[in-house]
Amino acid sequence: MENQIIETEIIQLTKEDFSSDQMVKWCPGCGDHAILHSVENVFPNLGIRKEDFVVVSGIGCSSRFPYYMNTYGVHSIHGRAAALATGVKLANPKLSVWMITGDGDCMAIGGNHFIHTIRRNIDINILLFNNKIYGLTKGQYSPTTPKGHKTKTSPQGTYERPFNPGELVIGAQGNFFARVLDTNPKGMTAVFMEAAKHKGTSLVEIMQNCVIFFNKAHELITSRETRDDNQLQIEHGKPLIFGKEKNKGIILKGTRLEVVTIGENGVTEADLLVHDQYEKDPGVHMMIARMMPPEFPVALGVIRSVAAETFEQSMMDSIAYEKEHSSIKTVDEMLNSGGTWTIE
Amino acid sequence: MTSKNSKVIELEQVVIRFAGDSGDGMQLTGSLFSDSTAFAGNDFATFPDYPSEIRAPQGTVSGVSGFQIHFGQKTVHTSGDLADVLIAMNPASLKANMRWVKEGATIILDSDAFVEKGFEKAGYKSDPTLDGSLDGFKVIKSPVTTLTKEAVKHLDLDMKTTLKTKNMFALGIVMYMFNRDIELINKYYEKKFKANPLVVDANKAVLAAGFNYADTLEIFVNTYKVEPAPLEKGKYRNITGNVATAWGFIAAAERSGRPLFLGSYPITPATEILQELTNHKNLSIKAFQAEDEIAGIVSAIGASYTGALAITTTSGPGLSLKSEAIGLAVMTELPLVIVDVQRGGPSTGLPTKSEQSDLLQALFGRNGEAPVIILAAKSSADCFYSAFEASKLSLEHMTPVILLTDGSLANGSEVFKIPRVADLPAIVPPLAEANDPDYKPYRRDPERLSRKWAIPGTPGLRHRVGGLEKEDGSGNVSHDPLNHQKMTFLREEKVQRVANYIPEQTIFGSEDAELLVVSWGGTYGVMLTVVEKMQEQGKSVALAHFKHIMPLPKNTEELLGRHKNIVVCEINNGQFVKYLRMNFPQFKYQQYNKIQGLPFMVAELETKFNELLNQ
Repeated sequence: MENQIIETEIIQLTKEDFSSDQMVKWCPGCGDHAILHSVENVFPNLGIRKEDFVVVSGIGCSSRFPYYMNTYGVHSIHGRAAALATGVKLANPKLSVWMITGDGDCMAIGGNHFIHTIRRNIDINILLFNNKIYGLTKGQYSPTTPKGHKTKTSPQGTYERPFNPGELVIGAQGNFFARVLDTNPKGMTAVFMEAAKHKGTSLVEIMQNCVIFFNKAHELITSRETRDDNQLQIEHGKPLIFGKEKNKGIILKGTRLEVVTIGENGVTEADLLVHDQYEKDPGVHMMIARMMPPEFPVALGVIRSVAAETFEQSMMDSIAYEKEHSSIKTVDEMLNSGGTWTIE
Repeated sequence: MTSKNSKVIELEQVVIRFAGDSGDGMQLTGSLFSDSTAFAGNDFATFPDYPSEIRAPQGTVSGVSGFQIHFGQKTVHTSGDLADVLIAMNPASLKANMRWVKEGATIILDSDAFVEKGFEKAGYKSDPTLDGSLDGFKVIKSPVTTLTKEAVKHLDLDMKTTLKTKNMFALGIVMYMFNRDIELINKYYEKKFKANPLVVDANKAVLAAGFNYADTLEIFVNTYKVEPAPLEKGKYRNITGNVATAWGFIAAAERSGRPLFLGSYPITPATEILQELTNHKNLSIKAFQAEDEIAGIVSAIGASYTGALAITTTSGPGLSLKSEAIGLAVMTELPLVIVDVQRGGPSTGLPTKSEQSDLLQALFGRNGEAPVIILAAKSSADCFYSAFEASKLSLEHMTPVILLTDGSLANGSEVFKIPRVADLPAIVPPLAEANDPDYKPYRRDPERLSRKWAIPGTPGLRHRVGGLEKEDGSGNVSHDPLNHQKMTFLREEKVQRVANYIPEQTIFGSEDAELLVVSWGGTYGVMLTVVEKMQEQGKSVALAHFKHIMPLPKNTEELLGRHKNIVVCEINNGQFVKYLRMNFPQFKYQQYNKIQGLPFMVAELETKFNELLNQ
């Protein structure tokens, strides 16, 4: 009763194989366009047949994404994409399942499914478009809107402390977390490739810009003037260095991180924290994910990538074991199991 | 071991009620007695009656747990109205159950528990066995606790373990009373507690002690025997509604060739379906316990999109939470079965009591125009066939189905004739073929109006579905006004055309009967019992019991039109009758409703129907 995947030769695919014939209706200048292009660049290069991709979304601007990809896809209901993706992946673990979501969809209405999907470690790839605002409903604050920011539902500024997606992911025992900018196509492509290859739930936070309702939300990190001091490209095995002069770095001092300047107070590059994305202990990853201006630069790149058993693998192993060891092999045997009696 | 010291009297049918504190093991006692009833060849039905608290304060009325069995030499349709025999392990269980006992019934008490402290906890001002409260009953006071302790003295058990076996003493007495062989129960213990021989020995010793006590002390002048019922040839088992539901889906998966996926969240009284399916990984069943009701149904929709026979199971409060997602399944035109094991509402309501009050929610409880097929199981064993039919209709017509069962069916059990899977109807879902050049997501079958099911992984069928309105045919997102109206009609028409694929409504009794009794879902057993009884008395009464609610069988209007006097009986405040009034306003309906968290009694219905006949 398993779904059959017809095995065929992997053919060479191109970006065109994944472009749908539907008109893309995002606002001109929206960060979503760049994300769509990066995904179209990644899919042909994963060695996966085009009919084995399923793209799932919830509701919001970002969630129109599946209509613009020529794959199997479901545009579901607000907040529930993670649950739908779970059903797809469990029903057929051979599929490559991608979930597209936004900050409101994922962390407000869909918060519960989000943390539980991560906790279970189901092998789906989640692209979280974080523009820190509700765009489709025209400008209300979201769970990631900075405290004090004025929106249509916070005319005096929000009172709420925002979520940092990385904290939630790692707090929910997540094993893969990366952060990228929608203005960096190369960075996105590289990170999406890594996310795709990671077995288990992978979460990529894309700092995406809504040109209409919260333009320049990430300006501090993206603008030419300030970005060098406010972003840090992290790379596995490399020290955490940033700044226009590449002379600033992060050290681990006691139980917390600290920004230092190389050459000052006797600090050398050798003193800097070296990034280990494969470290199982989430402590340092959590600290890196939490880094925010003005005290720290924002870390970009793969922050955490740890191999762990996936939910669907455990489920399939359990099914295989029971099929082998149960004395009941057929539905008729089940119906006739236990206490029965015959009337002659 | 069988009884020898008393005269055996033959009975046609008997109702026994076992009652004790919720920790006294009354459910097990009842189910073991059911097993021996099956072995004796009787037809039977059972019903557990337990509090929603796992362990309410010991000895109080709110902590009483009961189990009723009705068995007979004729076909048994219900778990019985009033008991012929009550076993009461303490004063609270006597107090809680006196209203369920027939006049002149036999009441077996543990006299060790009938002491001042017990009376106080139960709220008795005086000893009910001495103050005349039990006049007119055959009361048998046995020192169950003392004799249990005595029976296991040689095993050197701690007090807690010892007291846990006293239900077997009570069972031993009842087994003697009905001339049953206790060897069957010994075997159960030997198998179940293989790893713990001390438990086996203790229970066997106490069971035998109870049996011998009844025999040697001659507490019964007579013992009783119920001859085997004339059941059709075949192999039988006892089955609860929830297990039958789970098995119906497993059988449907087998017959459709589609893998079974359940997304569910625990909720009383539906949880056993999730548990049962979780236990069948051996048959490749995927049962996913989700983080909430919404994830339960939405994961099932994901699995359905991926080609599974997808189901979700819940009760009323969970159905409320699933409403939006049912709309998604309606819009995406995917197969999905939603089981609602109804309980008393609204809100948390009466979680362990049964009701039929989710019908209107099932019919109308969604945003927009969102029609679904609705079926209602009529008995515990029928849950198997209802789950099977719900799956068949959902898969073949590509639309969600709500299957309504209820707490009584779910927890109650009855005799089930075991079918052969190969004899069940074929299920043929409309799968799209790989690389079909003409494939369009919303192209429809001209007869059923169902669209084709294109499963991810299949080459040449990539497509997107979603909650936004779809253009007919292409399935592209469409905000076109006329398209929306067309699609609304199509979704409605698709469900209405299911009437061509379900049986016509049958009637039990004469087509020109003076009084037509109408009922639906889980009340079938008691309705049939009453109508059968009144027909035997020569009364002009017929029964139309509905299982197909949406759409209604095609002949419904014609059938109702033949009767001037129609009474619609429901365990709610009149929901099906509203639906009939809406569909067939030309007829006059009377109604009989009970909203007490309790099933109908034969006697109350009989009184009502006689009253209507004499009007």
